[in-house]
Amino acid sequence: MTPQAADSAIVSVRDLQVGFQTTDRRAIVKAVDGVSFDVRRGETFGIIGESGSGKTTIGRALVFLLKPSGGAILHNGLDPLAMPRQQFQNHRRDYQIIFQDPNAALNPRMTILSSVLEPLELARAGSKAERLQRAHEAMDRVGLPQDLGERYPHQLSGGQKQRVVIARALTLRPKLIVCDEVVAALDMSIRGDVLNLFAELQRDLGLTYVFITHDLAVVSHISERIAVMYLGRFVELGPTEKVSERPLHPYTQALLSAEPRPLPSTMRGNNRIVLQGEIPSPIDPPSGCRFRTRCQYAQAVCAEKTPDWRELMPDHWVACHFADRPNFSPS
Amino acid sequence: MAAAQPAQRGSEAVAGGPQALMSVRGLGIRFKTSHGVWQATRKIDFDIAPGERVGIVGESGCGKTITGLSILRLLPNNLAGLDGSIHFDGTDLASCSTREMRAIRGRRIAMIFQEPMSALDPVFTVGHQIAETLRVHTGVTKEEARERTLDMLRRVGIASPERRIDDYPHQLSGGMRQRVMIAAALICGPQLLIADEPTTALDVTVQAQILELLRDLSETSNTALMLITHDLGVVAETCTRMITMYAGEVIEDAAVDDALVRPLHPYTSGLLRSLPHLSPRHGKLPSIPGRVPSIMDMPNGCRFKARCAHAVAGCEMEQALLDAGNGRKVRCWRFRELDLPGALQHAATAPIAAMVASP
Repeated sequence: MTPQAADSAIVSVRDLQVGFQTTDRRAIVKAVDGVSFDVRRGETFGIIGESGSGKTTIGRALVFLLKPSGGAILHNGLDPLAMPRQQFQNHRRDYQIIFQDPNAALNPRMTILSSVLEPLELARAGSKAERLQRAHEAMDRVGLPQDLGERYPHQLSGGQKQRVVIARALTLRPKLIVCDEVVAALDMSIRGDVLNLFAELQRDLGLTYVFITHDLAVVSHISERIAVMYLGRFVELGPTEKVSERPLHPYTQALLSAEPRPLPSTMRGNNRIVLQGEIPSPIDPPSGCRFRTRCQYAQAVCAEKTPDWRELMPDHWVACHFADRPNFSPS
Repeated sequence: MAAAQPAQRGSEAVAGGPQALMSVRGLGIRFKTSHGVWQATRKIDFDIAPGERVGIVGESGCGKTITGLSILRLLPNNLAGLDGSIHFDGTDLASCSTREMRAIRGRRIAMIFQEPMSALDPVFTVGHQIAETLRVHTGVTKEEARERTLDMLRRVGIASPERRIDDYPHQLSGGMRQRVMIAAALICGPQLLIADEPTTALDVTVQAQILELLRDLSETSNTALMLITHDLGVVAETCTRMITMYAGEVIEDAAVDDALVRPLHPYTSGLLRSLPHLSPRHGKLPSIPGRVPSIMDMPNGCRFKARCAHAVAGCEMEQALLDAGNGRKVRCWRFRELDLPGALQHAATAPIAAMVASP
């Protein structure tokens, strides 16, 4: 049966596997290959990784837009896939997802108000007047003036469109929102506004977020905990301060040092680790530790044995054979 | 306007020194649209010295890409007019003939774009596409072109170039494709490379490789680099000078370190403050209120004044790009009285910055 989930967990993921068949049907791409974690109620759980790491696949699987090929995802200790159809549909309202590109998420032929109303109509929530009221409340909540409701997406700026998408996700009063690269398409000066809005909504509505991004600065600003993903697996998971200041996994260290910093040259330091090559194909991932082909510390054992997922320090997990050796981290 | 110091000059007076490779003066671009003529950029002034690495930063729609394209005269058909001059090593690119332009484009000034997959032709091998530039411009033999292509692929860090030279673009990863683009751009040994968001489509670890490559190649071959990006971090890591654009105008031009530590324009300062890198974790991020004015409805005078916390009466006057000393320029008549925060004010509390600062 399903393993025990902590009481505080709003989502428990156990040994999650998601595979896709290649177009020639000869191979299975394991986009997510054995990931376990809990998302705690009320926290922001950040998942960071490069393209092809499987972070978006996890996000979609969390709200059952994709069916896992193995393992379990529990919502509040319950397995939604075991629910009867109607109950599953009702249950899904509590778990929403927001995507990167608001242009793709909004129908250009629908007014803003009808887009915000649509989830309520699909859910047949309340009377028409109540639905309208809730849609207006949601728009209010994200700081959109009501007269914008009559407009079409092309008449809005990028930041406003992303607010519309957030308002739409809020109408059904979800408990958790998966945010997949939600600020990546926005200009710098607006990004801060939208991130502030997410923080404010969390405080006021008690929301839980799973924040998926490739942007280290964004994820460490908003998250309580960060998981670092590489080729379908987590390599590190821990409190944001620990992961971003004392990273244990060589990949996390490289990722942090590769981030371009808007600092004057005197403050940037020279301790950059530039990784060789690029992320290998998930069709045929390296044996043992998947990062070993690009790791400066790789030894023979890294090819032979998959590193255990260990809690090396309280609440700080890592999958590396050598993470606990002294003098391991670069000075 | 502030006290009439002798050093203070209008933008027109700041001529490109004899050392400038390229001097852009009063560059403006106008487009015809169904709603009339739009002024995309105006009064763009800047110089690039040989081998210098200059970052052009700004948000979408500020005119940074179109400025890069106008240098190579790669402008769309609805161009209504190109004002000003672009003096490049003795030729005015804004007014020279198409034939002269063709001899410069690809040979003396090269450009790379954000998405290498759409810039490479899928039906030709990468070797063919790199060698093509060389053959068109120099008429070397096929054998020699191949030899030099192999050498170039090696220089941009492609492992076993003998194998890769006959690959098609789809067989390469994103990072390798961008290396191929750089190889094609540099094969003729240009004096200036314009790179428009060259790493935006790449992962951060690959981005670090490409930026390092651009920096190294620019240094070893003394190629000037004009790096167009929205990412202040990329500019800080790669360039020595930073030109900030806003709503079609250059608003600040300074050495990167100066601009980051003590920005003179409120917009530059606002951008720096809005970066999550430089803000305390979980705190409220400062942001710039409002939005960029529409190209159809540009305000008089300072174009940033509606969003500026320091706007006063007088900001509606026409703003010139003023000389601020030490080779700095700023389009804000109040720059002497304002003391604006830069990157350092926040760095002490910033998580990532703190990690790097400790040796």
